[in-house]
Amino acid sequence: MAKQYETVIGLEVHIELATKTKIFCGCSTEFGGAPNTHTCPVCTGMPGALPVLNRQVVEYAMAIGLATNCRITQVCKFDRKNYFYPDNPQNYQISQLYLPIARDGWVEIETGAGRKKVRIHEMHMEEDAGKLVHDEWDDTSLVDYNRSGVPLVEIVSEPDMRSAEEVIAYLEKLRMIVQYLGASDCKLQEGSMRADVNLSVREAGSGKLGTRTEMKNLNSFKAIARAIEGERERQIELLEAGKEVVQETRRWDDNKEHSYAMRSKEDAQDYRYFPEPDLVPIVISDEWIAEVKARQPELRTEKLERYKREFDIPRYDAEIITESKRMADIFEETAALCGKPKKAANWLMVETMRLMKEHDMEPEDLTFSPANLAKLIELADAGTVNSSVAKKVFEKIFTDDVEPEAYVKEQGLGMVNDEDALRGVIEKVLADNPKAVEDYRGGKEKAMGALVGQTMRAMKGKADPGMVNAMLKKMLQD
Amino acid sequence: MANKISDETIEYVGILAKLELTDEEKEAAKSDMEKMLDYIDTLNELDTSGIEPMSHVFPVNNVFREDVVTNGDNREDTLANAPLCKEDSFEVPRTIG
Repeated sequence: MAKQYETVIGLEVHIELATKTKIFCGCSTEFGGAPNTHTCPVCTGMPGALPVLNRQVVEYAMAIGLATNCRITQVCKFDRKNYFYPDNPQNYQISQLYLPIARDGWVEIETGAGRKKVRIHEMHMEEDAGKLVHDEWDDTSLVDYNRSGVPLVEIVSEPDMRSAEEVIAYLEKLRMIVQYLGASDCKLQEGSMRADVNLSVREAGSGKLGTRTEMKNLNSFKAIARAIEGERERQIELLEAGKEVVQETRRWDDNKEHSYAMRSKEDAQDYRYFPEPDLVPIVISDEWIAEVKARQPELRTEKLERYKREFDIPRYDAEIITESKRMADIFEETAALCGKPKKAANWLMVETMRLMKEHDMEPEDLTFSPANLAKLIELADAGTVNSSVAKKVFEKIFTDDVEPEAYVKEQGLGMVNDEDALRGVIEKVLADNPKAVEDYRGGKEKAMGALVGQTMRAMKGKADPGMVNAMLKKMLQD
Repeated sequence: MANKISDETIEYVGILAKLELTDEEKEAAKSDMEKMLDYIDTLNELDTSGIEPMSHVFPVNNVFREDVVTNGDNREDTLANAPLCKEDSFEVPRTIG
């Protein structure tokens, strides 16, 4: 019988914090600026420049540490990690090795296999590197230092995960916590959340860890899942062939669904860390921790409780909506504006989710305003538009955030509730479909469906199907 | 001198520091490093048990700035130092094969 293998996975997750400025200078952190416009002597490593720590970075890091059940290191400091690479203008990265801001935490994840705790080894603050763009035609790379000095926290888990499913559940949990705290938008595609996967395999039942590899360049949940599967197979094949797994960093190419060893940075695992002399130690008092705790916004568990009390919506709906802070915010605002939480929930869970899937979007990418959704709910409730028209209008709200009342008027989508107009149309339908009329009168109730359909078509969908039905019945009896 | 720096060590440190040293420079660096290690050995003779490690010479902590943008577009100044420049970026030898 073939040997059974167990996959052992630990994660290093980098999260860009949502500060307005960089970690050590007053440059903007805004994403997407023209190359090198957000730079200064500090974040480009000019000799003599002096870094000064952004207080908000410490507060966000503390908030994340507390929300992930970590112990806050009350005397902490920065260290220099030395390496040469063009994205790193100082030739060192200011990071934390000896006294990271938080340690020994955990988060609970839920998968098909049940609930489980994933332990967090430590979390530290550091600065991001610049961005390299590789020229396809030329033998050069271009460096943009706008990202250099953007604040990051790196969350290092224990090797507690056993499958891609657990890894995704862990990442989703972290992302949810951090988004709820408002500490980052955690967009994988834009790189504001990045995960490096440390993976090894061992024979099932073995207590010893196998040799691990580290995989980088994973920028979607799908890529992470594929990379885990690919690396697990690669390592098992090596072991089955009697070969050894080499401890190395590998780069995942999601297009080729294959990873390859990265050129070693000339024995660069020797980072020669030493205390950063340009920055003074950080002393975090009990009072400061209490302050950050007190300011902690409502997290998901509390939100679920409140939804149960305040809104009459099923637990299932509440769970789906609160999976994303952005979705929950839209829900609450919409419900407050129209006073119909169940309807707001339905629009988010059905149409919004369908359109998100169609456009391959995350909740964070949603741009429509709750005010327009609330107005649409009111229009539908007042009978101004019927449900199929409302769906069409919502698609326009979703993509262009149109004001529904004006849009309905402009496009002539309002329902016709004029009985006389409807009677005229129905009379014509009856005259044009003598067979259906005869069938219905002869007892074939099904014929009614065809007549309703004909009438709705003639009304271009702008009639209330219930009203059409009732009127048809009445007129057929006459 | 108690400490000895081997040829391999000086070669390795040279690689890490991205320095290409001539044989004479290597010898001089070895001698300097040996002296530094000897000095550390002297310091190690002191009994420091019960003394907190110090990471900073001044008794100052918690120096922060507020999260307010104070810098504007400094691209021109930043790129003024670039040996090679293209599309408003620093141009460097290709880093990924």
